[in-house]
Amino acid sequence: MGKPIIQISNLMKTYKLGGETVHALNDVSIEIEQGEFLAIIGPSGSGKSTLMNMLGCLDRPQSGKYLLDGKDIGKMNDNQLATIRNQKIGFIFQNFNLLTKLSALENVELPLLYSGVPVKERRERALEGLNKVGLKDRAGHLPTQLSGGQQQRVAIARALVGNPAILLADEPTGALDSKTSKEILLVMKELNELGHTIILITHDLEIAKQANRMVSIQDGQLQENGGELVGDFAIY
Amino acid sequence: MGILPSIKMALKSIKGNKLRSALTMLGMVIGVSSVIILVSIAQGSAQNVTSQINNLGTNLLTINTFGTDLALTEDKISELSKLNGVKAVSPVVSGRVNVKKDRTTSQVSLTGTNAAYSTVRDAKVSSGRFITDLDLEYRQKIAVIGADTASTFFGTDNPVGQYLQIEGTSFKVVGVLVSKGSSMGQSGDNVIIVPLSTGQRLVKSTTINQVYLQGKSQEQMDFVMNEVEMKMASLYPSKSDSYSVTNQQDLMDTMSSVTDTMTMMLGGIASISLLVGGIGIMNIMLVSVSERTKEIGIRKAIGAKRRDVLLQFLIEAVVLSGVGGIIGILTGVGLGKIVSTLAGLTVSFSTSVIVLSFLFSLIVGVIFGVFPANKASKLNPIQALRYE
Ligand SMILES: Nc1ncnc2c1ncn2[C@@H]1O[C@H](COP(=O)(O)OP(=O)(O)O)[C@@H](O)[C@H]1O
Ligand SMILES: [Mg+2]
Repeated sequence: MGKPIIQISNLMKTYKLGGETVHALNDVSIEIEQGEFLAIIGPSGSGKSTLMNMLGCLDRPQSGKYLLDGKDIGKMNDNQLATIRNQKIGFIFQNFNLLTKLSALENVELPLLYSGVPVKERRERALEGLNKVGLKDRAGHLPTQLSGGQQQRVAIARALVGNPAILLADEPTGALDSKTSKEILLVMKELNELGHTIILITHDLEIAKQANRMVSIQDGQLQENGGELVGDFAIY
Repeated sequence: MGILPSIKMALKSIKGNKLRSALTMLGMVIGVSSVIILVSIAQGSAQNVTSQINNLGTNLLTINTFGTDLALTEDKISELSKLNGVKAVSPVVSGRVNVKKDRTTSQVSLTGTNAAYSTVRDAKVSSGRFITDLDLEYRQKIAVIGADTASTFFGTDNPVGQYLQIEGTSFKVVGVLVSKGSSMGQSGDNVIIVPLSTGQRLVKSTTINQVYLQGKSQEQMDFVMNEVEMKMASLYPSKSDSYSVTNQQDLMDTMSSVTDTMTMMLGGIASISLLVGGIGIMNIMLVSVSERTKEIGIRKAIGAKRRDVLLQFLIEAVVLSGVGGIIGILTGVGLGKIVSTLAGLTVSFSTSVIVLSFLFSLIVGVIFGVFPANKASKLNPIQALRYE
């Protein structure tokens, strides 16, 4: 496929809890190419979210190297990271993380607001984004007036509105029933076909199988998908 | 992000959190309005005292005599009226006299004086006329009576033209004084004023007890005081222990130091309520920190920079505190006016107090609005998102 958009080598992240040290990420290396649909699968507590936050520039690596589009993330300051999050990355959280006092439309507009898009264009693009996820008629609704699946779709529209190169989804269907999960997954597949690089985190093998590449993570260590892992994860 | 979108965002946030916004503004309203009310009452009563003193006559100098070895006489006193800064001079004999009409008898304080007394002591008549210098010359048995004296002897009748027995002699009432109310603990309304010459006969003494002098202007009063003291020293050499010259300004200064203390005290109480209002604001702001920290986490995760976050919170705090402060000013002035009409208190609003209390609560609001946001904006987005 294309050139690598993400290059990670020997990434480490440890948390100290009391006297104990938890290796949330232990010497993780991976390359992800443009246009890939990658699933990262692993049991709860294995370090999936920690990795995702790292990929999404929400957190900095303690050691190791992270090149995004060839740029070294470890050397960037807070403002530069904010700009990267705003323009290159769309983040979808398990618990949606919508602003509860803002309408669906206003939530979708937010990334454009921070990138300085003028008001008219902002509105148009946000509406278009809501349209893509099938929620145009709910633009004025507050998150509390929407179902879980609808909220997650608003979150997807928000992640997409800035037209980012990479879409990161941390267990996006974890809080949704299986029917809604399928719908959300379908949306993500479509987006991948449109050329977005998608990294999906899940502990559900069925969902992971939808991706065209799968890696597993256990105790902070990554393993490229081997057929034998599929058997190991059958319990999830 | 530009300033205009930040303002819109802040306004949206204020509208989206109606209860929090209302409570924050309430703290502001309480603080600002109580300062305005209390201080305006204090300053109102200070003004009241000042105007009461001015009621005694403006630009007033008083010469008082003690003992009997100093005989102020009319011709020597008339020397004083020739002084430069002196506008009018009014000699006074005084005493208490028995007054009778039909079956009513009463002790009334008597003042014998000249026509100038009316302007010097600001004694105006509500009906009839004041005594004239002709009355003095012809030793007329006429009297001008105070408002209380009039009601004691004549009830609701018009006293002008009627007669009173003063120490057994019949006097014709020619005028009634405008009521001055009691000021400085003296009722100014239970008095009888007669021509100086007649008064001297009534109190059986030609000795003048007091001389009132009116200066031409307030700025000159110290100079006039000097002039009068020097003139008195030359008229009555080596008798300086037997009389004193006092300036009304001295009394004013004493009283104003009293009212200043009162203003400070009420101002202190008001500052406490300002502080309480400030603590209220602080509480509301701190209580909403966890909710807001999460909000900040979300905003940062999708690309808000630290200054975007701070700007939004700063604008929010300024708008909330500003609007609260303005409502506080309106409430304070409104309640102050209500208090003044209901309780009959004089209130006086001072711009500097209004501005100061407004600024104080604005600063408190802004500090406590921005301080927690500043802390949260320093967290990395993950920490902020996890905050419970
Ligand atoms: N903020 C934190 N403080 C301490 N330990 C943490 C923190 N975040 C994650 N961990 C630990 O790191 C490990 C990986 O966590 P996480 O990446 O959230 O797992 P997953 O998303 O796969 O369930 C876990 O053992 C977790 O307890
Ligand atoms: Mg997780």
